[in-house]
Amino acid sequence: MSSALLTTVRSATAGPKSHGRNTSHPGLNIQRSGWWFIAPNLAGIVLFTFIPLLAVIFLSFTDWNLVSGVRGIKLVGIRNFTEVFQDPQFGASVVRTVLYAGVSVPLAIVFGLALAIALNRDIPGRGALRSIFFIPYIVNQVAIGMTWLMLMNPSAGVVNQILHSLGMQNAPAWFASSHWALPALILVAIWSEVGYVSLIYLSALQDAPADLYEAAEIDGANTWHRFLTVTWPALVPTTVFLVITELIGKSQTFGLVALLTNGGPGDSSTVVSFYMYQTAFKFYRFGYAAATGMVVFVGVLLLLSIAWATQRRSGRNAS
Amino acid sequence: MPREYVSEERAEHSSKRRRRRTLTRWSSGVLLWALAIIFLIPFVWMVSTSLKNNADAFKIPVQWIPDPVRWHSYVDVLTGEGSIVRPFVNSVIVAVVRVIGELTTATMAGYAFARLHFKGRDAVFFIYLATSTVPAQLLLVPRFVIFQQVGLYDTLLSLILPGMFTVLGTFLMRQFFVAQPAEFADAARVDGASEWKIFSRVYLPLAGPMLSALGILTFVWSWNDYETPLVMISSEKTYTLPLALSNFVDDQGAISANLTMAASVVSVIPILIIFLLLQRHFIAAITSSGIKG
Repeated sequence: MSSALLTTVRSATAGPKSHGRNTSHPGLNIQRSGWWFIAPNLAGIVLFTFIPLLAVIFLSFTDWNLVSGVRGIKLVGIRNFTEVFQDPQFGASVVRTVLYAGVSVPLAIVFGLALAIALNRDIPGRGALRSIFFIPYIVNQVAIGMTWLMLMNPSAGVVNQILHSLGMQNAPAWFASSHWALPALILVAIWSEVGYVSLIYLSALQDAPADLYEAAEIDGANTWHRFLTVTWPALVPTTVFLVITELIGKSQTFGLVALLTNGGPGDSSTVVSFYMYQTAFKFYRFGYAAATGMVVFVGVLLLLSIAWATQRRSGRNAS
Repeated sequence: MPREYVSEERAEHSSKRRRRRTLTRWSSGVLLWALAIIFLIPFVWMVSTSLKNNADAFKIPVQWIPDPVRWHSYVDVLTGEGSIVRPFVNSVIVAVVRVIGELTTATMAGYAFARLHFKGRDAVFFIYLATSTVPAQLLLVPRFVIFQQVGLYDTLLSLILPGMFTVLGTFLMRQFFVAQPAEFADAARVDGASEWKIFSRVYLPLAGPMLSALGILTFVWSWNDYETPLVMISSEKTYTLPLALSNFVDDQGAISANLTMAASVVSVIPILIIFLLLQRHFIAAITSSGIKG
C-alpha cells in the first residue's frame, strides 16, 4: 500500500488535467454528488485506516497489555521511544532487516534485469518462459514456504542431496542453522521476486525507442556499449521505482520468516517486523509494539526522502 | 570503390550477422529453458510429493516420479480431519466480497476525485495521498485492538472490511478516469443527464480493463494474505487457506509432507487458473500498479 504514492507520482503527468470547462460553473448537484460518490470509500477509510492510524500513534505513548482492558491503558509519555532506541534486540533486528533487504533487493534487480534483457529477444517460447519465471511471485507464501522448508531440509532435502552428490561434505543446515537461516531466506526471496522484476523491466524495455538501437547498431557499437548508452538510460526510472518499492516491501518482510524460521534459530533471523509482531502478540506489549512500528515507519520514510532528494539533485547536476 | 562492391560486402556482412544472431537466439533459448526448469523444481516437488506416501517423501535419492502414484493425500486433506474445504470456502468468501466492495467503492471515489468538482475534494485527496505511505503492517496492531473491542475479532469481517476500502484502489481508478476526456460528461450534462447516469452509463463502461486489473490484484492479495488472518483469526472454523496450510506443521514442528503438499497444490490452483485465463490482464495489472500485496 505504501507505494500508492509512488504510483501517483509516476503517472501524475500521464493524463490530461481534469479542469475542464465545468470548473467555472460547478452546479450545486455536482457539488453534492461529489461527496455522495466518495462517501462509501471515505467512511471505510476513516474507520479502518484513519482511526487505526490515530490509535497506533496514541498507543505508542502508552503502556498496555490488552488483558487489563481499555481502562488499563497507562500514558507513559515518550518512555517507549527512549526504550526503543536503547533496545539491543530492536537494534539487532534492524541490522538483520537492512542486511536482508540490502542483499536480496540488489540481487533480485540484477538477475531480473538480466532475465528481462534475455527475454526481450526473439527466443523460442518467450511467452511461456515469462510466465514460468513469474509464477513464484503469485503463489501464496505459505505454500512456497512449506515447499522450501522441505527442499532445504538439512538431512534429506533435495538441495542438500544435490550438494552432497556434488561432493560437498558438510552442506549448510539452512533454516536450522543460525548462520544460514538469513541467507536461506534471502535465496527464497530472490527466487520468488526475480520474475516480477523482469516483468517490470520487460515492459520498460518494450517502451524503449527502437530507432536508437538501430542507430547504435549502424554506428557499430558493441553490445555492452549499446547497453550502457541506449538501454540503461531508458531503464533508470524503472530501476529507481523498483529499488524503492522493493526496499519498502523487504523492510516489511514477515510471512516467510514467520513460516520458515519463526525468527530463529535463537533470534538469528528475527527481522524488525517479526520483532514487532512478537512484542505485540507474544508478549502483549501493545504500547511498545506501536512505538517500534512508528520508529520503523518514520525511519523508512526519512531514508526514502533523503534518497529521493539526493537522486533528484544528482540528476539535475548531470543534465 | 565501386558502388556494387560496397553493397555486396554489406550483404555478406549482414548474412553473417544474421547467422550469428540465430545461433545466439537458440543458445540463449536453451539456456533460459534450462533455468526455467530449475526454477520450477519446487513446484514439481510439490506436485510429486502430494502423490506419494509420506514415507517416500524424503527418500534418498529423490524420487521425482511417485511410485506408486497415490491420490489419498488429496482425499485426506479434503475430507479428513483438518479438512481444508472450510478454509477454502472462507478464502473464497473473503476474496469475492473484498473484490466486489473494493471495485464499487474505489470506482465511485476514484471517479469523483478525477471528474467531479466539489468543495474539499483536493483536501481529502491530499489526506488520502499522505495515508498511502502508511504500511498495512503498522495498522495491524490498532486494527486488532479495535476489532477486539467491537467484537469483530475472529470473524471473516475482520479480514473483509479493511480490504474493501483502500486508498490504493481509489488511486488506480482516479488515474484511469483522469485520463478520460471531460467532453463526454459536458455533452451528457447539456442533455440533462444526472451525475449518476453520467458515471454509470458514460464512464463506467470504459473502465472494463482497469476494473479487471484492480479486481485481479485484490483477489490475489486477499487469497495469498497470511499476516492479517494470523493476527485476526484464532478458531479453526474461521481459518482461511494460508492459515490452514501453516497449521499442517504440528507443535513439534513435524510435517506430514504429502498432506501439506496436497493442500498447497489445492491452494495454488485457483490463482494459477486465473493467471492462465487472464494472463494479459494479470500482467497489465501488475506492471501498471507495480505493487505487491
